[in-house]
Amino acid sequence: MIYAAIVFLPLAGALIAGFFGRAIGPRPCEIITTSFLMIAAVLSWIVFFQVALGHQTSEITLMRWITSGELDISWALKVDTLTSVMLVVVTTVSSLVHLYSIGYMHEDDSRPRFFAYLSLFTFAMLMLVTSNNLVQMFFGWEGVGLASYLLIGFWYTKPSACAAAIKAFVVNRVGDFGFALGIFALFFVFHTVNFDTLFTAVPTAVGKTFNFAGYDVDILTTISLLLFMGAMGKSAQFLLHTWLPDAMEGPTPVSALIHAATMVTAGVFMVARLSPIFELAPDALAFVTLIGSITAFFAATVGLVQNDIKRVIAYSTCSQLGYMFVACGIGAYGAGIFHLFTHAFFKALLFLGAGSVIHAMHHEQDMRAMGGLRKKIPWTFAAMLIGTFALTGVGIPHLTGFAGFYSKDAIIEASYSAATPNNYAFWALVIAAVFTSFYSWRLVFMTFYGHTRADHHTYDHAHESPPSMMIPLAVLSIGAALAGVVFASYFIGHDQKDFWGAAIFTGEHNEILHQMHEVPEWVSYSSFIAMIVGFAVAWVYYIGAPWLPEATARAFKPLYLFLLNKWYFDELYNFIFVKPAFALGRLLWKGGDGAIIDGAIDGTAEGVVRVTDRVVKMQTGYMYHYAFAMLIGVAAILTWLTYNGLFGGVLK
Amino acid sequence: MSNILSVTIFLPLIGAVLIATQNAEAKGNARWIALWTTLITFAVSLLIWINFDSSSAGFQFVEEYNWLGPLKYKMGVDGISMLFVILTTFLMPLCILASWQSVQIRVKEYMIAFLILETMMLGVFCALDIVLFYLFFEGGLIPMFIIIGVWGGKRRVYASFKFFLYTLLGSVLMLLAMMAMYWHAGTTDIPTLLQTKFPPEMQWWLWVAFFASFAVKMPMWPVHTWLPDAHVEAPTAGSVILAGILLKMGGYGFLRFSLPMFPNASADLAPFVFTLSIVAIVYTSLVALVQEDMKKLIAYSSVAHMGYVTMGIFSATQQGVDGAIFQMLSHGIVSSALFLCVGVIYDRMHTREIAAYGGLVERMPKYAFAFMVFTMANVGLPGTSGFIGEFLTLLAAFKANTWVAIIATTGVILSASYALYLYRRVIFGALEKANLKSILDLSPREVAILAPLILLTIFYGVYPSPVLDVTATSVKNLVENYHSAQATAAASLTTRGYQ
Repeated sequence: MIYAAIVFLPLAGALIAGFFGRAIGPRPCEIITTSFLMIAAVLSWIVFFQVALGHQTSEITLMRWITSGELDISWALKVDTLTSVMLVVVTTVSSLVHLYSIGYMHEDDSRPRFFAYLSLFTFAMLMLVTSNNLVQMFFGWEGVGLASYLLIGFWYTKPSACAAAIKAFVVNRVGDFGFALGIFALFFVFHTVNFDTLFTAVPTAVGKTFNFAGYDVDILTTISLLLFMGAMGKSAQFLLHTWLPDAMEGPTPVSALIHAATMVTAGVFMVARLSPIFELAPDALAFVTLIGSITAFFAATVGLVQNDIKRVIAYSTCSQLGYMFVACGIGAYGAGIFHLFTHAFFKALLFLGAGSVIHAMHHEQDMRAMGGLRKKIPWTFAAMLIGTFALTGVGIPHLTGFAGFYSKDAIIEASYSAATPNNYAFWALVIAAVFTSFYSWRLVFMTFYGHTRADHHTYDHAHESPPSMMIPLAVLSIGAALAGVVFASYFIGHDQKDFWGAAIFTGEHNEILHQMHEVPEWVSYSSFIAMIVGFAVAWVYYIGAPWLPEATARAFKPLYLFLLNKWYFDELYNFIFVKPAFALGRLLWKGGDGAIIDGAIDGTAEGVVRVTDRVVKMQTGYMYHYAFAMLIGVAAILTWLTYNGLFGGVLK
Repeated sequence: MSNILSVTIFLPLIGAVLIATQNAEAKGNARWIALWTTLITFAVSLLIWINFDSSSAGFQFVEEYNWLGPLKYKMGVDGISMLFVILTTFLMPLCILASWQSVQIRVKEYMIAFLILETMMLGVFCALDIVLFYLFFEGGLIPMFIIIGVWGGKRRVYASFKFFLYTLLGSVLMLLAMMAMYWHAGTTDIPTLLQTKFPPEMQWWLWVAFFASFAVKMPMWPVHTWLPDAHVEAPTAGSVILAGILLKMGGYGFLRFSLPMFPNASADLAPFVFTLSIVAIVYTSLVALVQEDMKKLIAYSSVAHMGYVTMGIFSATQQGVDGAIFQMLSHGIVSSALFLCVGVIYDRMHTREIAAYGGLVERMPKYAFAFMVFTMANVGLPGTSGFIGEFLTLLAAFKANTWVAIIATTGVILSASYALYLYRRVIFGALEKANLKSILDLSPREVAILAPLILLTIFYGVYPSPVLDVTATSVKNLVENYHSAQATAAASLTTRGYQ
């Protein structure tokens, strides 16, 4: 009952706001959806204590969904530790974002629609995390995709927003192409899509091969890679990341909820949820690590030079998701989910803080037109500072620190003990950590320090946001500060085995969560050093010697442009996918359908017309030709049958 | 109860006769009689569904009378045909409503044509005698032909002629095949023919002959080009029937004849069908991407969706066939709804050109919502009816051939592209065109048409069991017979090899 309430309260809110929004007005919509979400959040925390700390996992079946032969799928709610963590993350951030949006969106006329979408998103996300089978998960997966599409395109009069919305949906569909094939393959091999039966059956397929696309390939590796393709799309990993920065066209609360804290982490959740499969497919896990490392590094490099405050944070999200995947890839699922958990708080905080800045600056998002804001909006500044501390992992080694200090550093240490070839994952993450620290402080310095670069009017009118926006910032600040120190021992420390229970599967020889505590001394300092270096360089560039950024950009112009243009991925994809698809479509339409097929038909048609004109001499209209032909046909069969009936015996 | 099928089939004809007696000037009378007739027919057909025993694989509500000489009038439904009957009776009242204002000339004749069409289509799905089937199958095309030819657009003559040409060849071949079947089995009775084992060589010829007819109806690539033209020229309700029901006759034919009667030929030729199916999915999706006319775009997307159907049918598994039937029913709802959506703005602006629209959500939020639901169903979003069929057929295709499944699954990317691109150009963007500034949102009549379609789209996406339960037993039976026929053929091949 309590589970159903958590999942369906947001749906109820969405339906009320969506269908009756016009009738009851925006304010009641805001109050209903927000309070429903707050109830769900409170209930989620209760469930978290019951399930994660009290070990009462449970599963309830709501109703049948798809039954066909041996395929039997139900709508169900499965709650174990992993799910309960996600419930807490999703409902907490969502309820805060709802509250925040009341202030942020107060000038928008379409508020009921906005809150309906937000709640609809939350519902789909909850269905995703409570699923007990792959297909319901896919339902949630595509459902959040729909909500994301609708919210990115919320300001539909902007062509850029519409384009970004379509891009997000279609790129995600590319990932879902793999996800769907993975589900088909799993069903083909194991005849089920339900997690429990699947996980029991999976070990029987270890080392076995099947024929896929003409090749004999390892079953579990292939399936894991296909499923991971879905995760790459949803979590914006390298190659399928292009939609995430564009998704910033959506209102800022959306970016905080969907494109930072929850939806984009669904891929990480998926890998953790399917750990019983991935864990038996080491080659697939190696690929997960590789993609995660590349993304962490790649996105951080792009984040270094972006000027749009939201884009910096977007690339940061992309990069941090890479960290989470590295954790999963090396078998430290607990660390991956822990980072997901803490990241949700501090990244939502950073986005909502950025929203508060944008709000104060009258919708200015370019950091080059900001500066010196810390006196104008001190509370927002404080919140952003806490978020930055958490993201960069500020703390005292071996003692205590902000959230990222626990979760991010744990991943870096684990990546070292995982001993990837040449320790590439470790080094990629450490370098990315330097970049993270640099771009984070760059953001803080460009926005809040120095002389303002905004025009007088905007700067003078910059003002602190209303309480509905500041309360969420305060709550998230507490989370960003304390989530690490409070929960570290459960997620990755002494109590982790107890905490996770059966929710996460680790192979016999997977001791990574222990080994990560036994890395050499210098490794455990590496992330601290990375954080300090990044901060120092950022200080020199943006406070100490403000002329340096431009000089550096000029000196390394090709590299600068390469990063500024996001490694030219959009141009590349446009050139190899989008344009050819349209060109091919046009060719098939005009050439294939038009010239070849219709050419043949029309040729025949002319022939027929000539013949019928001569033979039938009936020029009253084409319909009669047809009717006539039919009549002949019917007459023929009747004649023949009657004849046959009369002389049937003889003919046989 | 014993004559309930005949009652359902011929009720529309009675309505048509009733309309014929009316004064041609009394347009209202014709409309109301047509609406009531179709509504009553729908209600009666629901009784069939309620009393349908889904645990039985055989034909139910069977009626049999002697007719012309050796010909019998024999009707019945099983799990495969049951829901096509409901789909037909359900869509009809919506078609009448959709034509309420858009058809102003020859209203009486128009309504009569639609009612005759309904009788014919119901006959196709219920006929248990091949001659009867043939009569209804071909006969149904005449009213459709007239509807396009008389109430159609500018190039209606070209469109209907193309339609005619395509169908002609298939029909002649099917007729020949039916004769051959009678020659061989000595009966035209479908239940008996289903038990008849045709020799493998003969199966091939029969299969090809039937295929010629059904492939055109589906339509399958490359015999699909009549469809976009027919849709563009047809009036809205004509498009609804064309997409919603007429296209289903091909798929139904495959399930009633090709697969159960010629199982060995079906197995041999399945790769051929798979190839055409995946070409259809990719090819027509790409073509849909570049369309400038809304109806053409949806027509091409229909061809792609029918690709899933043929793929599912010839995978010959429970999931594949269940999925194919579900896909046909869902497509019957969703593409009909999309054509109705096009009709809504066509009635207002008299153009189907995509470029003539943009930003409609500003003035038409209800319409934008409806269009969004159907767009999402069209791209197969889970939770809509479009997902179930697509998912099941792809699941089945994976078992049959991974390459087929891989290529067909690219359809999920392409469908998202063309459908969302269409939605964006019509609904989103700024409302800048002067003539759109005063466009009105859905009228109560239009809401009454679209609301049931929205509800069904979502209901069957969330709870498809009412459909899957009906089809399960008959499909299981079909699939089992199909596979035992393969086993027999393989066994006889081995014995021959030993001799």
